[in-house]
Amino acid sequence: MSALDLALKLTAQFGDLISAPSEFRGEVTLRVTDAERIAQVCAFAKASLGFDYLVDISSVDNYGSDPRWTVVYELYGYGHRCHLRLKTDVSEEKSELPTVTTVWRGADWHEREIYDMMGIRFRGHPDLRRILMWEGYPYFPLRKDFPLAGKPTELPDVAFTKPAPLEGGPFVTLPGGKTAVEREPRVRTPES
Amino acid sequence: MQTSTELAYDSKIEGDVVVTRVDAALNWFRKNSLWPMPMGLACCAIELMAAGASRFDISRFGSEVMRFSPRQSDVMIVAGTVTYKMALALRRLYDQMAEPKWVIAMGACASTGGMYRSYAVLQGVDQIVPVDVYVAGCPPRPEALLDALIKLQGKIEKQPVVRELEIASRLASKPGQKVGAA
Repeated sequence: MSALDLALKLTAQFGDLISAPSEFRGEVTLRVTDAERIAQVCAFAKASLGFDYLVDISSVDNYGSDPRWTVVYELYGYGHRCHLRLKTDVSEEKSELPTVTTVWRGADWHEREIYDMMGIRFRGHPDLRRILMWEGYPYFPLRKDFPLAGKPTELPDVAFTKPAPLEGGPFVTLPGGKTAVEREPRVRTPES
Repeated sequence: MQTSTELAYDSKIEGDVVVTRVDAALNWFRKNSLWPMPMGLACCAIELMAAGASRFDISRFGSEVMRFSPRQSDVMIVAGTVTYKMALALRRLYDQMAEPKWVIAMGACASTGGMYRSYAVLQGVDQIVPVDVYVAGCPPRPEALLDALIKLQGKIEKQPVVRELEIASRLASKPGQKVGAA
């Protein structure tokens, strides 16, 4: 039972809802075209295909392209020891998809973190509130249009934030340069 | 306003009597019994624990116990990254500490925000509490923390305690005044 076989079984069950599996270095990814049915797909994957462990749910901000959000589910099965990745797209106007906490209880905090950082809501979540930032924080920090330094906010008796002094920008190493001088962390002006 | 840090002790002349100034004695009591309140928030807390353990033994310097209660401690050692979410709790604990109190900012994150120039990290705990000694390092070695404690002891040694107590008592005797100091 390889991951590809399991992925093909999933495709056979759901037909047009799921794209053909793509493989990269042994990792199999499937795209689910309708985000509304992600809970059904996950329930089938857990019940029939043995993916009993939800490794991670994460989200991608495709800033500038529509649909803006991609939610990525990383699945694993202890029985067959195979990984599988499911991706769904959600548009910015909707910013909502069903929760998978009914399938795996561990999805609870992953979805709360996605809500906190990106602002994507999960319908049917038992307790959807911020987990890292505080209740009442007005922004979603990991969106691409939110600056790294942060924005000033004030919530009396709870917390305040101030923009951090970046002194010329985040000092990041650019991968792919041929010499260390090209890769060196230095002041870079943001393009946008 | 003279403060002297000298303790005179000559057993041949005075016997078992120590002659000193009140300032010096009070400061000596205070500096040699600094009980820390460990505000161990992140990785620096591990080095703080190491400083409290047997190899580097912070209790040699009078910090006999780590008192986690603000009412029972003298110096708050802020060891670790202070996030904006934690900042209010930290300030509240500092306010609950009894005078005299001091603060050591241990490590880069507590001193200036460290490598975290971001939306969630307070850029230095000195934005919310007054810091007496900053310790550089990520994390600082336990010996560096002990060096900071010794520097704090040096600072306490020079405080004009009697003068401050005088001012405080004069303020307290005036009706409606809040007692500050020492």
